[in-house]
Amino acid sequence: MEFLHLFEYEFFRNAFGAAFLMSVSCGLIGTYIVARRMVFISGGITHASFGGVGISYFFGWPPIAGAAVFALLAAITTENLTRKKIIRNDSLIAVMWSLGMAIGIIFIYLTPGYSPNLMSFLFGSIITVTPRDLLFMLALTMVVSLVFIFMYRTILYVSFDEQFARTRGIPVMLVNYILIVLVALTIVLSIRVAGIILVLSLLTIPQNTANLFTSSFGKILAWSVVIGFIGAISGLIASYYLNIPSGATIIFALVVIYLLGRLVRWIGAYMN
Amino acid sequence: MSKPLIALKDVSASYGTKPVLRNISLEIFPQDFIGVIGPNGGGKTTLLRIILGLLKTDKGTMVRNLGKEDIGYLPQVNQFDDQFPITVNDVVLSGLTAGLNLRRKNRKSSLDLVEKVLEDVGITALHNRPIGELSGGELQRTMLARAIISSPKLLILDEPNTYVDNRFEQELYRILEELNRKMAILLVSHDVGTISPFIKSIACVNGSLHYHPSNKISNEQLAVYNCPIELVTHGPVPHRVMEDHKHD
Repeated sequence: MEFLHLFEYEFFRNAFGAAFLMSVSCGLIGTYIVARRMVFISGGITHASFGGVGISYFFGWPPIAGAAVFALLAAITTENLTRKKIIRNDSLIAVMWSLGMAIGIIFIYLTPGYSPNLMSFLFGSIITVTPRDLLFMLALTMVVSLVFIFMYRTILYVSFDEQFARTRGIPVMLVNYILIVLVALTIVLSIRVAGIILVLSLLTIPQNTANLFTSSFGKILAWSVVIGFIGAISGLIASYYLNIPSGATIIFALVVIYLLGRLVRWIGAYMN
Repeated sequence: MSKPLIALKDVSASYGTKPVLRNISLEIFPQDFIGVIGPNGGGKTTLLRIILGLLKTDKGTMVRNLGKEDIGYLPQVNQFDDQFPITVNDVVLSGLTAGLNLRRKNRKSSLDLVEKVLEDVGITALHNRPIGELSGGELQRTMLARAIISSPKLLILDEPNTYVDNRFEQELYRILEELNRKMAILLVSHDVGTISPFIKSIACVNGSLHYHPSNKISNEQLAVYNCPIELVTHGPVPHRVMEDHKHD
């Protein structure tokens, strides 16, 4: 329990809070993403948001705001165009993915001087989370939690079989839009923790670890939150003591937990 | 004669610019058991989607003398992800939803209904099983349970006999015969031979729709109806399809 003294530092308390809040929202939203096989779409939204970061640097706006606008645009475009079958889904995602990155790079190049926080956008930096970031994270986590509490069954049924859900009178379009907006916002706020390049793992590794032991949507939701939190905290502490980047260490911790899960399963199967 | 549950009149429908159904008419009555046959791409599934309200028609009228929730639906297996992390219980429970209901309903009575309907389709032991661990037959029973748990007035089944063994198929038709006492059934099948003994009438769909008020149909009639389908024979199933039937 030697690490408890870390709570004396404000940066650590903030990081701890961010780890907790993002474990909850990523645990819930990630389960939706993984169950619906939307990982690639999420990758597209993540990278598209970099365009917003670049434009924000150029005009001197808060980068997180630009990222949010771009992520929402990407999310709504995907949802909209795929349904109309104007362009193939995976091609559209690839276009958004690289266009966002291209816009970001061009505007950062055009911005005079050095862009100090660029690396933290690419790779995350949970230890520089500010109280204002935490407030945003708290608001998002509360919205996501409420949506999953009140719409749990609706989300499950729409995700599993959209057409059938429609025949039961569920407003499928509305549900899809609510969730894609939450996916985009969760991604943008998680970029603080793991960065554009690593954020996808916060939304997928805990879910796949949980999925090793249960195939019930509800249980995966709950376990993803727990596993995500354990991974984030152990990664955070390890990064402090080893003096290595926090985002990457958290991802590494999540993978180690996944592999331990595999090992447990393997031993379990061997014993039987 | 009683009022039809569904009455389609001169309905046309298309996907984008591609016309799929042209001027079809069909009435479905409470005791009907209609086998829908026809070649792939002929519009069988499109017809179901129109009746289910999932697809808008280009022209024509559809009169529905039953609520949207009074239709039970078993989709083709490729419509959903059979590795999705969901249990049999939850799949069947989804058949009870009606609209966006944010309040928690009486879970106990819903679960009792699930229990009962799983018994009807013969998979009581599986209710906590994730669907990824089911056999083809068990999965179809689960989907059938989901379709009938709301006690619909019309049951629509889209190829329920894909990926199932012959034994389950026979049992399925026995269950459907039982259900037909309480509800009308519309059954899409690629195999008119096997369904023939159980259905009461046939709808041949190939762009157009020809209603055939009998369960016996001959190759010649299928040709007249412009409904080229394979009449496959397999197993000791009684085949009445080849029997000649006077056209009247």
